Amino acid sequence: MMRSESRALQLNDDGQLKHFLTLDGLDKTILTEILDRADSFLTMGEQSVKKVPLLRGKTVVNLFFENSTRTRTTFELAAKRLSADVINLNIETSATSKGESLLDTLQNLQAMQSDMFVVRHSDSGAAHFIAEHCTPNVAIINAGDGRHAHPTQAMLDMLTIRRHKGQFEGLKVAIVGDILHSRVARSQLQALTTLGVDEVRLVGPKTLVPGFFSEMGAKICHDLEAGLKDVDVVVMLRLQKERMQGALLPSESEFYRLYGLTEESLSWAKPDAIVMHPGPINRGVEISSEVADGGHSVILNQVTNGIAVRMAVMSMAMSGQLQKAETDQGSEGEK
Amino acid sequence: MKLRVQNGRLIDPSQNLDAILDLFVEDQKIVAIGEAPADFEEAEVVDASGKWVLPGLVDLAVALREPGQTQKGSIATEGRAAVAGGVTTLICPPDTKPIVDTPAVAALIQDKADEAGMANVFPIGALTQGLEGEQLSNMVALTEAGCVAVSNGRHEMKSAKVLSRALEYAATHDLLVVFHPEDKSLSDGGCAHEGLYSTMHGLAGIPDTAETVALMRDLLLVEKTGVRAHFARLSCAKSIEMIADAKAAGLDVSADVALHNILLSDDVLNQFDGRFHVLPPLRGEGDRLTLIEGIKQGVISAICSDHQPHEKMAKIAPFAATEPGMANVEILLPLAMTLLDEGDLDFSTLLTCLTSGPAACFGLEAGSLAIGSFADFILFDSTSRWHWTYENRKTKGHNSPYFEDEFIGQVTATYISGQRIYQLS
Repeated sequence: MMRSESRALQLNDDGQLKHFLTLDGLDKTILTEILDRADSFLTMGEQSVKKVPLLRGKTVVNLFFENSTRTRTTFELAAKRLSADVINLNIETSATSKGESLLDTLQNLQAMQSDMFVVRHSDSGAAHFIAEHCTPNVAIINAGDGRHAHPTQAMLDMLTIRRHKGQFEGLKVAIVGDILHSRVARSQLQALTTLGVDEVRLVGPKTLVPGFFSEMGAKICHDLEAGLKDVDVVVMLRLQKERMQGALLPSESEFYRLYGLTEESLSWAKPDAIVMHPGPINRGVEISSEVADGGHSVILNQVTNGIAVRMAVMSMAMSGQLQKAETDQGSEGEK
Repeated sequence: MKLRVQNGRLIDPSQNLDAILDLFVEDQKIVAIGEAPADFEEAEVVDASGKWVLPGLVDLAVALREPGQTQKGSIATEGRAAVAGGVTTLICPPDTKPIVDTPAVAALIQDKADEAGMANVFPIGALTQGLEGEQLSNMVALTEAGCVAVSNGRHEMKSAKVLSRALEYAATHDLLVVFHPEDKSLSDGGCAHEGLYSTMHGLAGIPDTAETVALMRDLLLVEKTGVRAHFARLSCAKSIEMIADAKAAGLDVSADVALHNILLSDDVLNQFDGRFHVLPPLRGEGDRLTLIEGIKQGVISAICSDHQPHEKMAKIAPFAATEPGMANVEILLPLAMTLLDEGDLDFSTLLTCLTSGPAACFGLEAGSLAIGSFADFILFDSTSRWHWTYENRKTKGHNSPYFEDEFIGQVTATYISGQRIYQLS
């Protein structure tokens, strides 16, 4: 989506989030606001009463057309900590499997007067489609659509980087592995670029890192040592085993030998580099257990940060929707 | 029936004609231009003052959806849309339900077309039974039943050997074979041009090699078998070079492009809008410009609408889940004329590719105002500003990105064999 179109779909007239579909088109101010708000929610998780009333009386529907445990659970926790009523729907085993169209499913859910849909879908652009076809004033949060975007995952990664590195300027970041199929990598690339890191390197063989990514502002490396040299942040992506036989790679063992993150390959990065992974981890396929559990790893921090980031995004989008509704009502009144 | 079309601006690239002249029609054919023949007493006079009088358009790709998919369109509705767009002769593909692999289905389509009384309709017959790529169809019987060519469409052949034999058989009987070059093993699962935009938006890509690898194989087999060949809906820059080389080498080949492939490039993927989901996909800007250059150089002989009407729900889904195709036959000429705005093509070249060019590809007696031709012509108001809307459309299709657009230039009347088939109300 062109930046202006994306902005128009995601932001209300005052420039506040009303949906959260992609990071494309969102500027540094908004991303920083998300991170700042998430920071404030982080400390809340340590309190005995882990709730704020920002979404009290609102109904959030987790609409997962694709399986996910981690993401759905953190969204559910985030919504509950914002005091929302939460419904989880696994659509794979529901109406669409009986032939109902996505639009029909949505219209039924809208008729139940939901306020927010958290959507995961296997088709790229599905969250945009839902945002365009939904009743006004229902906020759509993209929880991962096809290969396109996973903006909350990228933002929790940004929060993790900021909390460990303090800032983005001057950082070099390597994202390693199955870039081609990764919605996380696409959103990370956009977030890192917007937030002003020095360099984003995408590392992997040509089958997994097509050259077109260089036109999106990334530096492409097909050699792991060159890719990790002096980087501050290493993001390892899950190598999807189901794709291993698809002529993309000869074998897991060869991939691990060439691109796996081990203590030896990590030594090419800066001494204080952090290691991230969106999970689930395939130990011995893309990352060794020593590194995954080692001192550089911030993988579990990512999970914790994920709840705070999702709380931030959900509260901002709901606020943007409410403001939009008030504006709409005002306009109606003027007529 | 005698008819005099007077004071119109006659434009016919097939005879390098552009002048305000009268046109005379008798017994379905054009009998004179300029001066009336001796003893010509017209029964009807058509005042074409201020209008352009153009040959009826010849569209090589209009899916009528009948039989079998009348929820998307019918011979009557899409025929009506075609004449409203100035199309007097159209070719329809074999992938109806049932498939055009028997003379009965070919005859059914033509009977229905006659009954509808709209554009002249010529079906393409299936190259293989059921388009399954295994058993050769009764090609000769199909052509005897009115099919003007045979094709397997975008359906895969079981093997290059079957294809080679099908081409040999077609060549034996001097049949025209229409190719849609696509290596399915390369395009499988894709929905958009493999490039920056599909990468950025995570849409599975269709590389240009899906077309060019198949095209190279097809050209080698055409050379081997000596079959007459037409390559349909080319989309890539490299394909133009390959067709040009084949022509230079003396192969009997022709080629066309879909109008949307020369109007749009893959940057529209930014909108995730299923209306732009077409096959072959909208390619990069470089490809688009090369296709236009191919038209200028005469490598591409025809521009077609590749009209594929769909019901509303076919496009109400995320991009990859939508059905491919646009329904633009009804605006073929005005839409094509938007190419002139950017100076990409001159009108004579454009009109050639919409009339005599496609007619020549298929050996059809159409697309010309020359004396002796069937009186298939249109009146065109080049100054009319109008909006094509969802409400005023003739097609049953819901799938065009051009609804609500303003066009300059409109077909005001369409005549086939001297009979007025369409009049703008």
